[in-house]
Amino acid sequence: MIPAQFDYAAPATLDEALSLLAERPDDAKILAGGHSLIPAMKLRLAQPALLIDIGRVKDLSYIREEGGQIRIGAMTTHYQLESSERLREICPLLPECAASIGDVQVRNKGTIGGSLAHADPAADWPAAIISLRAELVAVSSRGERVIAADDFFVDMLTTALRPDEVLREIRINAPGGRTGQAYMKVHHPASGFAVVGVAVSLTLGADGKCSAAGVGITGVATKAYRAAQVEGALVGSTPDEQTTASAASHAADGVDANGDIYASADYRRHLAVVYARRAIAEAVAKIK
Amino acid sequence: MARYVGQRVKRTEDPRLIKGLAHYVDDIRLPDTLHVAFVRSIYAHARINGVDAGEALKAPGVVAIFTGKDVSEKIGPVPCASALPELKVPDHRVLATDKVYFVGHPIAAVVAADAYAARDAAELLMIDYEELPAVVNAEEAAQGGAVIHEQFGSNVAYKLTAGEGDIVAALASADRRIKQRIINQRLAPVAMEPRGVLARYLPGEQELTVWSSTQIPHLLRTQLALMIGIPENKLRVITPEVGGGFGSKLNVYAEEALLGWISMQLGRPAKWIETRRENMQATIHGRGQVGEIEIGCKADGTVTGLRYNVVADLGAYHQLLTPAIPTLTGLMLSGAYKIPAIQINVTGVFTNKMATDAYRGAGRPEATYVVERAIDLVAAELGLDPVAVRRRNFPAPEEFPFKTATGLFYDSGNYEGALAKALENAGYERLREEQRAAREQGRIVGIGVSTYVEICALGPSQAMPAGGWESATVRIEPTGTVTVLTGASPHGQGQETSFAQLAADELGVDMGDVTVVHGDTAIVQYGIGTFGSRATAVGGTAVFVAIEKLKEKASKIAAHMLGTDAVNVVFAEGVFSIKETKKAAAAAGDGKAADADSDEVPEPVVPVGEGPAGALPEPETEGRKKVSIQEVALAAHLARELPPDTEPGLSATYFFEPKNFTFPFGTHIAVVEIDRETGEVKFQRYVAVDDCGRVINPMLVDGQVQGGIVQSIGQALYEEVVYDEQGQLITGTLMDYAVPRAKMIPWFELDRTETPTDVNPLGVKGVGEAGTIGATPAIVNAVVDALSPFGVRHIDMPIRPEAVWRIINSSDE
Repeated sequence: MIPAQFDYAAPATLDEALSLLAERPDDAKILAGGHSLIPAMKLRLAQPALLIDIGRVKDLSYIREEGGQIRIGAMTTHYQLESSERLREICPLLPECAASIGDVQVRNKGTIGGSLAHADPAADWPAAIISLRAELVAVSSRGERVIAADDFFVDMLTTALRPDEVLREIRINAPGGRTGQAYMKVHHPASGFAVVGVAVSLTLGADGKCSAAGVGITGVATKAYRAAQVEGALVGSTPDEQTTASAASHAADGVDANGDIYASADYRRHLAVVYARRAIAEAVAKIK
Repeated sequence: MARYVGQRVKRTEDPRLIKGLAHYVDDIRLPDTLHVAFVRSIYAHARINGVDAGEALKAPGVVAIFTGKDVSEKIGPVPCASALPELKVPDHRVLATDKVYFVGHPIAAVVAADAYAARDAAELLMIDYEELPAVVNAEEAAQGGAVIHEQFGSNVAYKLTAGEGDIVAALASADRRIKQRIINQRLAPVAMEPRGVLARYLPGEQELTVWSSTQIPHLLRTQLALMIGIPENKLRVITPEVGGGFGSKLNVYAEEALLGWISMQLGRPAKWIETRRENMQATIHGRGQVGEIEIGCKADGTVTGLRYNVVADLGAYHQLLTPAIPTLTGLMLSGAYKIPAIQINVTGVFTNKMATDAYRGAGRPEATYVVERAIDLVAAELGLDPVAVRRRNFPAPEEFPFKTATGLFYDSGNYEGALAKALENAGYERLREEQRAAREQGRIVGIGVSTYVEICALGPSQAMPAGGWESATVRIEPTGTVTVLTGASPHGQGQETSFAQLAADELGVDMGDVTVVHGDTAIVQYGIGTFGSRATAVGGTAVFVAIEKLKEKASKIAAHMLGTDAVNVVFAEGVFSIKETKKAAAAAGDGKAADADSDEVPEPVVPVGEGPAGALPEPETEGRKKVSIQEVALAAHLARELPPDTEPGLSATYFFEPKNFTFPFGTHIAVVEIDRETGEVKFQRYVAVDDCGRVINPMLVDGQVQGGIVQSIGQALYEEVVYDEQGQLITGTLMDYAVPRAKMIPWFELDRTETPTDVNPLGVKGVGEAGTIGATPAIVNAVVDALSPFGVRHIDMPIRPEAVWRIINSSDE
């Protein structure tokens, strides 16, 4: 388990990191918490020539409220998100999702930005980020741009980030009103990744009907996706048992599901439906 | 009274392990060490048309590269210790020569100045492979098709039939006969510490030291001496801390010989630390049996006969015990029952995979699974409670020693006792009522019972390939501390604690004054090792008897010191004293305290730092009636005044040969609930009552049982080594191979009964494998019981949720 040779840089500022990346966009990799990249390098599945460690860059690790948004620095660890009292009040889906990742050691080192930029098809954060309709701020030496969560995940291990871009921040519109959220997941017994993971954020109007719904699903396909038909069936209806079940039945519609020795494509689709229903019901139950 | 034995004494090994102060092979750093990386086959079956090391040799830091051609005439074959009639034994060279036979088969060893350079250079080796058809499915391999070892003409390594009684008549006389295809899937032992070897040859002294993470330092020394061709008395094997073995380090591996040989060639230390990926590919696997049960029974549940036809997936080569494992399965097919006729028909088959060999339980979990599933099949067939069928077939306690139709004599047992206690602890009747109520609510709940017997304390030498005895030396040093040398080198079991408990009680000294030394062939007398739940029953007994011998000698010296005959001396709590005569006892009873000698026994040892330089003070014995064993030890070493014909020093060595195996037993009960929508299995309860004879340290026994059950949960629900049709290893990392985590484990409700054995004077039976043997069928029986309303009589392991979901989903119920 020894990686191939690589150069290593640990810049003190983001600008420095970006200019290093701009010089070698094709063979450099950004190192965040290292919990996906380092194992891949040790198996020699990833062999970057230059590793740019942004662990020493200041001010990439934070949870702030600004302009009605929750802003999370890309280097914020899973543990910081899991243990944030403020997030538990205003966006409990984030701590809940964080708590389902790996184990304590992983959560202490792994970062939300690193996970999102790696785009493992069975990672947990993409489901949450999609359900919350987050915006992702990418930065390069050419400037900054904002990418919608729906556009960020392109394919397995592929995002909309350009080779010279670094994910700097995640922005989430703080859910208002009577909102309930839940993340439910089938843990793969070996990896702990999501065989299926469903994130739900659901808001009820004064009339008791669903006014907004976000449903993100990970683990099922080559990339996490928005279950638009589930959302469509929820919005405008009262999410009782029957409506929830009927909405959730669309959780894997039109999805080309993965199969492996643990779960076939059919079974994954089935789990997506069951867990979507359970996550919606859980989210509704949490609405005060 | 025992001060330590029977107590939950904390493991003395743990502080150094917890603090990270222990030394595993990789923690041993020698100057000038070279590092070895192996180039391993990426194909399951291929011809090697050439190996081009040109580029790799030019890589920075590379010192040498060895291929199969370089070493095949220099290093002897990897040994197989199993002798079965007409066994086909392929020539197993330490590096592949013309062909590779499994993914991970070592082809070349790259030696470089550091581990990084070695790994980098290994990537540069060019192997010209010509891929051949891979033989992956053992049942198909037995039928024909591509042949792995062409010289044998087929893939069948051996066929063996065993068992007693007229099986044909027994099955014919049955009211019902039940057949079931049954699989014990391939498992990976996954010791926390992978293998590792450090070898250092000293050219001047012509001595080779090999540090290896092994369970069998002495057996390894003998085999390595033969393989490398170095005199055994010039070879020293040291096993430092060993981070688990589970049987996977009860072996002699190609890498161990190669590292020793490489160090001899280059005159520098050489080190190789196995990666987890190598560990999954090239350390032995366990189980791998595909079979068919046929069981016959009377209408009341009495079993008339059991037949097990099995294909054993041996892998490409025989490792040390590969072909022997299924024979252990055959021995244990009677389980805890009186079965008049038993037959096993084994076909051992070569496949293009890593060898199977001993993995915790080694053949017995397979047998117990077969028998305990078969008993449940009988119960299901007859509509009887599985507990009732078990009781119907138990031998009674007075029937022991009990002879089985597999040729064994079970030493002692009270199967009803353990079963009754487990049923009571579980509240079995109530559980059944709750199950009925749950089913009415549409819930899927199952209760599984396993009443297992295992064979431990391996074993009489007649039945073992390389001796079944165990050795111990016990000595008391001049300053009074006790050193115990055991041949049963542990790898996590806690013998440093349990043997110290035993020695401290027997010698009447503080446990803190006892050190247990193991795992160094230059220090410890020859021993066999720790496996087969033998360390305490065989190795502990050797310690016990050695102490008896030592005390016998000490008693003579004590008598001499006290000016009396040995027959007049008694030993208790570390002190030899002159037996009270009737008169003296009466005087003491009068309260005229015979206190002439009531003064405390003086501190025995020379106070550290205060002793007169160069001379040890002679114990003052003039006119005393007691001497401590430490004083005797000092006198024995000073040797100024010893009884006639007495050797100086105070130590004793004993090699204990057991006259039989031991047969621990118990009852495990699992209660599970299945998620109707997803098929996920969740434990509600886990109750176990184990009987391993007399217990030295209940905490260690609990730990062994718990760890064993966890590995059973792994086999029942999660673990499987999967090769695809091309023989590629799909479960090659711990991201794919599911070892149970803490959150997958239920609370264990453990209890014991204690039925001593007379096979050894300690009365201990062994417990290292009980959990792995007893628990697997309890869990599977529980799942089958849960699914019985769906018409299910059997389900294969590992029971993945999808399979359960498909059963539920396809049923109209």
